[in-house]
Amino acid sequence: MSDENKKSGWFSRLKAGLSRSSSKLGDGIGSIFTKRKLDDESIEELEELLITSDLGVATSARLAANLAKTRFDKDVDPLEVRESLAAEIEKILEPVALPLEPDGTKAPHIILMVGVNGSGKTTTIGKLASHYKARGLKVMMAAGDTFRAAAIEQLQIWGERTGCPVVAKETGSDAAGLAYEAIERARSEKADVLLIDTAGRLHNKSDLMAELQKVLRVIRKLDATAPHDIVLVLDATTGQNALSQIGTFKELIDITGLVVTKLDGSARGGILVALAEKYSLPVHAIGVGETAEDLRPFTARDFSRSLMGLGNS
Amino acid sequence: MFDSLQERLGSVFDKLKRRGALSEADVTAALREVRVALLEADVALPVVKDFVEKVKVEAVGQNVLKSVTPGQMVIKIVNDQLSAMLGADHVGLNLQVTPPAVIMMVGLQGSGKTTSTAKISKRLTEKERKKVLMASLDVRRPAAQEQLRVLGEQIAVRTLNIVPGEQPVAIAKRAVQTAALEGFDVVMLDTAGRLAIDEELMAEVAAVRDAAKPAETLLVADAMTGQDAVNVADTFNQKVGLTGIVMTRMDGDARGGATLSMRAVTGCPIKLMGVGEKLDELEDFHPSRVASRILGMGDIVSLVEKASENFELEEAEKLAAKIQKGKFDLNDLGSQLKQMQKMGGLSSLMNMLPGMNAGQMKKLKDAKLDDSIIKRQLAILSSMTPLEREKPEVIKAKRRTRIAGGSGTSVQEVNKLLKQHQEAARMMKKVQKMGKKGMMRGGLQNLMPPGMGGFPK
Ligand SMILES: Nc1nc2c(ncn2[C@@H]2O[C@H](COP(=O)(O)OP(=O)(O)OP(=O)(O)O)[C@@H](O)[C@H]2O)c(=O)[nH]1
Ligand SMILES: Nc1nc2c(ncn2[C@@H]2O[C@H](COP(=O)(O)OP(=O)(O)OP(=O)(O)O)[C@@H](O)[C@H]2O)c(=O)[nH]1
Ligand SMILES: [Mg+2]
Ligand SMILES: [Mg+2]
Repeated sequence: MSDENKKSGWFSRLKAGLSRSSSKLGDGIGSIFTKRKLDDESIEELEELLITSDLGVATSARLAANLAKTRFDKDVDPLEVRESLAAEIEKILEPVALPLEPDGTKAPHIILMVGVNGSGKTTTIGKLASHYKARGLKVMMAAGDTFRAAAIEQLQIWGERTGCPVVAKETGSDAAGLAYEAIERARSEKADVLLIDTAGRLHNKSDLMAELQKVLRVIRKLDATAPHDIVLVLDATTGQNALSQIGTFKELIDITGLVVTKLDGSARGGILVALAEKYSLPVHAIGVGETAEDLRPFTARDFSRSLMGLGNS
Repeated sequence: MFDSLQERLGSVFDKLKRRGALSEADVTAALREVRVALLEADVALPVVKDFVEKVKVEAVGQNVLKSVTPGQMVIKIVNDQLSAMLGADHVGLNLQVTPPAVIMMVGLQGSGKTTSTAKISKRLTEKERKKVLMASLDVRRPAAQEQLRVLGEQIAVRTLNIVPGEQPVAIAKRAVQTAALEGFDVVMLDTAGRLAIDEELMAEVAAVRDAAKPAETLLVADAMTGQDAVNVADTFNQKVGLTGIVMTRMDGDARGGATLSMRAVTGCPIKLMGVGEKLDELEDFHPSRVASRILGMGDIVSLVEKASENFELEEAEKLAAKIQKGKFDLNDLGSQLKQMQKMGGLSSLMNMLPGMNAGQMKKLKDAKLDDSIIKRQLAILSSMTPLEREKPEVIKAKRRTRIAGGSGTSVQEVNKLLKQHQEAARMMKKVQKMGKKGMMRGGLQNLMPPGMGGFPK
């Protein structure tokens, strides 16, 4: 990695992560348009390449059609096509790129972390705690996953790593009750931010979703405006099911934003584009690894350009 | 937009069914829909192309256009091809080696390796009477070894004692040695989650393989995986060598295209599937069933099997006897509700019902079937006295208020339940002469709480 890359910070990390996928996509576009006119066949191929990045059939078709409108039957070079697609995607993502900023007047600002099993909720809480603490905020965490084996111990280790207190009860205790206690403790200890973990749950399990609604009701008994953020953690390898996942979580517990994890893998995270179009939920940050440092802001331009295999110019 | 592959294909085939004969253009149009449906179901593009091509060749070869019921024929070809792609039949774990047989679990972060390790151990211990030792080689994720230890306690399966600082290859060797010395049949190796593109960690797991010589190397993958499924499965297969795949989170509503992709790209059978977080929620993978489920023709085989598995014979006979006498009280309704719950609730039954087309599926979804209703109804029943359950006619206004209060429900809900029972009792009389099979079907129909509209006709 060159010095310049090192300096450019998170982008190089993201780009390294996305490089396999983006270069594949980039190469694909390269081979489609080398010395060719933009015709129906090449548009279809382009559409298919977008589909293989998980953008989904509808979004891919629309992006390809837009390109066709302006460039059809013209000689196009691959770089131009990438640039214009990246710009198009950036336009879609720009409005949703919003950081997760604790509100200083809330004391504590309460963030509830939700999502399907194994998406990265607990790890993201650890990363956020580390991030906020580095900014001088007083952070507290609540081990609200009282179901999964060793979920509490997992968060407690994050507590040790980040030096932030963790409110916990034994496995099997009531998650809503724990959230209640955690808020009381965060208040009495004057914490700025309280990060509440929850057990993973599939959105189509009505009993588990009802349990989450109960957690919300109990939290709101203490503070009618809380949780101030309900963040859904989404695994970047997820395909089109993310649409159903987010639709249901939004409908039932009114999530306020997303964090996308595991973008350091070969998954392309293209589903984000379709999600932005359909739900316009803020994307707060992305996960690019398993350690505390591996959380990055989500930037529309960098993400779009990475997706298209373009440099950060 | 269509909500599922099932619906999408359903609507295509609805169109086909309505025509007496198919033009070639119709077949092409149908296959275009199939292609889009498969892509929306997250089947990887190269796999989709291959599939559509095969179906086309088959369809033309079998003279679809001259067939009497062309729609059905195309359905059958698509179905057969899907099944074939998923694998001919169920393939079990291969433990036919000199003991201890080592099973190594690999996969991406959070895919379900540790949970599946415990599930498989539980099954081998309880169903196949194997002596199983589990070992966690995950020295990276916080509390990963602790997680497996706790699961081992829950299912009463030994876990290798944790030695702080010990590295994966050394742990694997110690596990195999311990197993050989102490006469274990099977060693389950749970590994840390890793990215397929992480060269260093992929080399580590290859080193574990070389040290432990697993009889089975299972890729644990999430049923919600998108297009990346082919890259992941292909890379793990090339770098580690897979013998099978475990698909987790099949209890979700993902369309499961990853199942097709991974099978196609590795040629490895999908051996098992996870259908929940609990440790007994592991099932054999039956390709034909999954294919027909994807296609929306319902999984009547699995419905019948599930029903007979759960419906304890004794109870069935007791109920049959009562029905013979024309008696069906609230106790019987209660036991039916409980059976219903055991079968995985309304929504899981719905998915397995045959003959539903796209519109009906959508209607069902819109009706927002809620399994919690069963729970509430069971609560109502348990707030009744034995007399009330046996002789529902004694439940007048006062009793209704008490029951509602006791069960934390409303009088309206109590009324609804009583009405539902009356209808069920009437229905039971009707099916009296139909034998056990008919009774079961009638029983299931009646379990639909009123106000949900029953099964769409
Ligand atoms: N490579 C990579 N791995 C990640 C990232 N975020 C989380 N993980 C890993 O993913 C796995 C699951 O993460 P958890 O934080 O335990 O996920 P969870 O959503 O809390 O899981 P449950 O509580 O079981 O539902 C762990 O192995 C994490 O280390 C990421 O951004 N990149
Ligand atoms: N609904 C559902 N949840 C599952 C299934 N299998 C595993 N899980 C859940 O998925 C989450 C992650 O499972 P783990 O077994 O910890 O995954 P892992 O692959 O060991 O994770 P790492 O070790 O961090 O890579 C947990 O919350 C499990 O309860 C399944 O079949 N269905
Ligand atoms: Mg967790
Ligand atoms: Mg694990």
